[in-house]
Amino acid sequence: MKKVQVLGPGCPKCQQAAANVSEAAKALGLEVEVEKVSKPMDIAKYGVMFTPGLAVEGEVVCAGRIPSVEEIKGWLEAKPAKEQQK
Amino acid sequence: MSSSAKCSCEPSEVLLFPCSGGSNCGQIAHHAAVELHNAGRGKLFCLAGIGGHVKGLIESAKAAKVLVAIDGCPALCAKKTLEHADLPPQIHLVVTELGIEKKSGHLDFSEEELAVCRDRLAQELQARVALASPREERAASAL
Repeated sequence: MKKVQVLGPGCPKCQQAAANVSEAAKALGLEVEVEKVSKPMDIAKYGVMFTPGLAVEGEVVCAGRIPSVEEIKGWLEAKPAKEQQK
Repeated sequence: MSSSAKCSCEPSEVLLFPCSGGSNCGQIAHHAAVELHNAGRGKLFCLAGIGGHVKGLIESAKAAKVLVAIDGCPALCAKKTLEHADLPPQIHLVVTELGIEKKSGHLDFSEEELAVCRDRLAQELQARVALASPREERAASAL
């Protein structure tokens, strides 16, 4: 199961980003664990300065905007960077 | 989740990337950026994080409308660091091109020298920010 982190304090944009993750996962028939990271210091560990941000398996894929469902589908289908290097 | 949570979801229009190098000119670049940040003209951002390929910082920078590279000298480290991350700056200033001589290893500078750099940056920003659109929109309009 892939783990997706939604980085943001919990404003409507963050909620929309999380909803888009769920929609993308549903469209792909994937089980995804959505983790909401809302504490500023925890968000800072990802280097994200503008929210909402999104990370897939801990790798930041976007920040400062709401990603589209199509974009998220692409990130969910992609192999993790570590796996690609093998 | 609370919709009243403190939000950081409006990306700054202007991100400032001074080289902050080890010379009078590098420090002028840094302090000019700090003054503009404190005046609300932009947000001082982490050039080291861009150079370190910190993905969250790179993605955050992509959300800004205007990226400003402020280099102390013709080595152009700030501009080159941004370009390596595929983040070409819309505004680029070199302190030595403002008639200020570089003194390696000397970090002191005068208020007048700082004012020259800060004021030129403020002028450049005033001229460019009103014309700027988000990076994604600019890319889309170029297609």
